[in-house]
Amino acid sequence: MKNFIDRRLNPKDKSLGNRRRFLRRVRGQVKASVDDAIRNRKIADVDRGDKVGVPADGIREPRFRYEPGSGRVERVLPGNKQFGVGDRIRKPPQQGGGGAGKQGSNDGEGEDEFAFVLSREEFLDIFFEDLELPDLIKHTMKEMKTFKPRRAGYSVTGSPSNLAVTNTMKNAMGRRIALRRPSNAEVAALKEELFKLEKKSEPSAADRKRMKALREEIEEKNRRRAAIPYIDPLDVRFKMFDKEPQPNANAVMFCLMDVSASMGEREKDLAKRFFVLLHLFLTRRYDKIELVFIRHTHNAQEVDEDTFFHSRETGGTVVSTALEEMRKIIDARYPASDWNIYAAQASDGDNFPGDSDRCLAFMREAIMPLVQYFAYIEIIDEAEAEFLLSDETGVELWTTYKKLTADWGNFAMKRISRPADIYPVFRELFARNARESAHA
Amino acid sequence: MPDATQTKKSPAKRKPRKAAPKKPAYLFEGPDWSFDTMNRTYAAIEEIALKELGLDIYPNQIEIISSEQMLDAYASTGMPLMYGHWSFGKSFLSEERLYRKGLRGLAYEIIINSSPCISYNMEDNTMATQTLVMAHAAFGHNHFFKNNHLFRMWTDAEGILDYLEYARTFIADCEERYGEREVERILDAAHALMPNGVFRYERPARPTLREERLRHRERLAQEEAEVNYLWERLQAKQRRKGAGRRPVEQVDPRSQIQMPEENVLFFLEQYSPILANWQREILRITRHIAQYFYPQRQTKVMNEGCATFCHYYIVNRLHEKGLITDGALFEILHQHTGVITQPDFDDPRFSGINPYALGFAMMSDIKRMALEPTEEDREYFPRIAGAGNWQDILKNVWANYRDESFIQQFLSPKVVRDFHMFSLQGEERSRYYTVNGIHDDRGFRTIRNTLARNHDLSVIEPDIQVVDVDFLGDRSLFLECHMSDGARLATRDRDSVLRHVETLWGFDVELDEIGASPGTGADVS
Repeated sequence: MKNFIDRRLNPKDKSLGNRRRFLRRVRGQVKASVDDAIRNRKIADVDRGDKVGVPADGIREPRFRYEPGSGRVERVLPGNKQFGVGDRIRKPPQQGGGGAGKQGSNDGEGEDEFAFVLSREEFLDIFFEDLELPDLIKHTMKEMKTFKPRRAGYSVTGSPSNLAVTNTMKNAMGRRIALRRPSNAEVAALKEELFKLEKKSEPSAADRKRMKALREEIEEKNRRRAAIPYIDPLDVRFKMFDKEPQPNANAVMFCLMDVSASMGEREKDLAKRFFVLLHLFLTRRYDKIELVFIRHTHNAQEVDEDTFFHSRETGGTVVSTALEEMRKIIDARYPASDWNIYAAQASDGDNFPGDSDRCLAFMREAIMPLVQYFAYIEIIDEAEAEFLLSDETGVELWTTYKKLTADWGNFAMKRISRPADIYPVFRELFARNARESAHA
Repeated sequence: MPDATQTKKSPAKRKPRKAAPKKPAYLFEGPDWSFDTMNRTYAAIEEIALKELGLDIYPNQIEIISSEQMLDAYASTGMPLMYGHWSFGKSFLSEERLYRKGLRGLAYEIIINSSPCISYNMEDNTMATQTLVMAHAAFGHNHFFKNNHLFRMWTDAEGILDYLEYARTFIADCEERYGEREVERILDAAHALMPNGVFRYERPARPTLREERLRHRERLAQEEAEVNYLWERLQAKQRRKGAGRRPVEQVDPRSQIQMPEENVLFFLEQYSPILANWQREILRITRHIAQYFYPQRQTKVMNEGCATFCHYYIVNRLHEKGLITDGALFEILHQHTGVITQPDFDDPRFSGINPYALGFAMMSDIKRMALEPTEEDREYFPRIAGAGNWQDILKNVWANYRDESFIQQFLSPKVVRDFHMFSLQGEERSRYYTVNGIHDDRGFRTIRNTLARNHDLSVIEPDIQVVDVDFLGDRSLFLECHMSDGARLATRDRDSVLRHVETLWGFDVELDEIGASPGTGADVS
């Protein structure tokens, strides 16, 4: 009549498919709020999932229903304290209505929001969609940490696939010897002897006695064999594995940005996406990443993230100051032997006349030998992007940096005017890393 | 290995020693449950439920699930095998958020009207709660599902799980063939019409699952020739007309269709000129599911009342028999009280009459009247008062009524007094409600009638009917809605649902609200 079933180990997340369908439906609004998150969050927090509100309009589930409060309303309410028949009660203000007491049923202006929480995965999906990353890279970047299983001795519990056969058998044998379990051979020898005696046509008295003794002995041995199992659950051993995190070195990421007046909101937003993407990429490879923000006008200084993105400076533009500042910080805090150094620079391409040569020289001598990767993006107008087609021409800093690409494989540069342009900057980097890990 | 044998034996030895001195052994002590205590407790509950209450139940299948799985189950209307649709994702997301924020606890259980009757119990429940839940769901609800006439008439407890499985595979299959969006378009429209996709008065012959599958196969076979025969005939007729030969008998296609038709989904499934066969099948599936849930929507008070009454009786008996500790009883009573709390109308927690509270109060009152009647009871309920056999009376009630008729028949003046009920009436234009009944002799009938009407689905939900189709003209579909008490439909929802109907019909759709009050300002939006 009854049946208990333990379903706790059944897969959960049965609703995942429906959740995905729902997100597809509200994609537009969710994207807007993801963009918002990128603008407002710290680089290292960007990939955290978070609450998102979307207007309930596209996801209403309409039904034919009565307008609350329309027509004649008749209701029974509990908890009468002072009313008598004929008393009049003023209707509560039109909202929850004297009617059905459901919220969200008010039409007209009532644009209630539907709020929910995006998971980290979903958040990244939408973020990546914007950057037009290929699937393979999206996938690898979402992996949080990699662990390698490492043998860590034996245990008495485990899954059958990890059964340590040799150890199990060794234990079984030891136990059998210790408990003196008769072996097959022993029994067989006794049986043999008995058989021989039984074959005698005229057994002597001694033979008979011997036969009786043999039978008893065989019986006793068989009893012992049955009582002492060949393999007991006590003998079973499993290989144990520890999950060992992959050894990961530390990394530091330098964010360099021109903050002179020519860098507006749009430019800073694009720059931020660029930094976020590099950071996401680095989180995949390194356990610990430090972020250093260097902003510059005609002089450079290290600032915190908030100042970096939100405060404005006025002044000229001397790029080399930022590079020098970076070198100074590297020398002081991040020796290249202990740290993997990554740098990302964003600018609108302006530089003080004559400074570019200085930059070039400094990069060659002092920066590029130390860093794993240096990415430079020049943020331009969409209108500009249409005629700046050739990589060869460009403003001063661009042409100068161009010369670096030939010598340094770990230097990448790109003009961007839309978020989708950002990814190609990293294409090389990803390709290289994919090759490296394939070798490893 | 002497060690091993010792450890193996010792627990077995200890048990009887511990149980021996105490004569009436408790079924369980402490909050933790195990399958062992569950089994013992189930047996004890079963004894009381079957022998003392005389319940008649489907075999029980009790499944233990984790809180995440409970959230999953919530999202798909409690059904274990629901097809995919974004609206389930939406409800999952909102439930999850409320739960994570701690705004709402999860239900202790979910039960499905199926045979075997599946109930989901949360693993986080204490053993006392598991006892309550088993008594409530596995016996109370289970008996109600098996015996109430609405469920017997409209639902197939044996077939529902198979049917849902079939529905899910069918819809997944459609998604693969025709694309997720295309399926979603049909499902959205069908969902909007689900309340209007039930037969209220007469149940058509129920096909078994085998027939259902067979029919499905036939439909697929006919995929090519999917034109509705009515339209075909119509075209043929027009062709003949074009050839100059006047048809002898001009049959109006309308005469072949039963109209008015209350089941809009059924009508669209049968007669829509534009739907492909798989789309019709989807309408059919949603219509079946709506029909399956229809009795539950009509019996909230009774269903919960029955389950609550049963668990209350059973746990008290368990305690009287010395099978559960005082502590367990207190814990259960604490939860019981929470469930049957009825906040007053001016309480911020008030959200309507609590079906658990009303159902439990009315059923307990029936028992009281049968055992200890007062003069008043003899006057109002001469057949029950002092009859003694309250189990039989209640079983009869559970089998033969739905909320509206149950209230109409069995609401007693005492329950009205206990709840301090009063009834209000208010015209839309008036700025006031008028109290037209309180818990006295004169008000009792008014309150009873009003409360019954408040629980009547045909009153609280608009009654939409298909009344006509312009077959020879532009193929417009005409719907009608008879408004009671001069109410009107919520405009925005009405228009979106009508758009959904147009999706399924393919041509213009008009809705006439008959007897609607002229809208006030709200109509303009």
